[in-house]
Amino acid sequence: MRFTRHRGGVRADLEAVEVQVLAQLANEILAIVEPAGPSDDASEDPLATLVGLPSGDVPVPDDPVLRRLLPDAYRDDEGAAADFRRYTDSELRAAKRGQATVVLGTLPEGGGQMRLDRDQADAWLGALNDMRLALGTSLDVTEETDPEDYAEDHPARQALEIYGWLGWLQESLLSCLDPRLGSERGPGA
Amino acid sequence: MTAPAEVERPDTEEIVDRPWVTIVWNDPVNLMTYVTHVLMELFGYSRDKATELMLQVHHEGRAVVSNGSREQMEADVARCHAKGLWATLAQD
Repeated sequence: MRFTRHRGGVRADLEAVEVQVLAQLANEILAIVEPAGPSDDASEDPLATLVGLPSGDVPVPDDPVLRRLLPDAYRDDEGAAADFRRYTDSELRAAKRGQATVVLGTLPEGGGQMRLDRDQADAWLGALNDMRLALGTSLDVTEETDPEDYAEDHPARQALEIYGWLGWLQESLLSCLDPRLGSERGPGA
Repeated sequence: MTAPAEVERPDTEEIVDRPWVTIVWNDPVNLMTYVTHVLMELFGYSRDKATELMLQVHHEGRAVVSNGSREQMEADVARCHAKGLWATLAQD
């Protein structure tokens, strides 16, 4: 499987096993970034609820994978990081679920040809990145990680090979999506 | 393009509005080509400028990718997070 350009979008031929692996990973992303549970904060602000803003604090995720997908926006200011999380968490989770849902909706069942328009291809690019972030974080990869450092029957070996394959797929997709050359941003812009 | 590190700072104790900056941090997962692509898409940088910033992230561990008001930088950080870049904001 590799992506090639096709009529303003991209296309790829997938084998059944590739569809299966990608669907499983997309479903894992959906499960990881499921909406944060309803706040059990009794002092929930009815006005905030009315305008759709979360009134309770959104906790920093315990899970390192989720923490990587939804990182802190401030390094040295927990209060500001908590405020930022409160206002962005739900939208960020929804965006990541949206990308994973596009993958699930476009995968050809049982394998075959897939065609993506530009928006779908962008969603795929983001979803592939989320899969790599999730897998890479849970495998604790570094820039030097090499699957061949593990014996063929080691449990990490197959996961690292899938991780490497996802990177290869992402490169293949990136090479098709020649980014629009925007005007360079000026000083202070 | 002026990097925020080059912004002139008064020597006096005069109170000024110091700009905020969006910082992208190195991480072992994101592909170099992907980071370049995202910097072009999000900030409208040319390929050369985006590549330069990506390499700065890669070699120095971090790079300032935008500067402006706190609100603008919060929006930029949120857009980076949506693309999977590890970004934070800080006052320069």
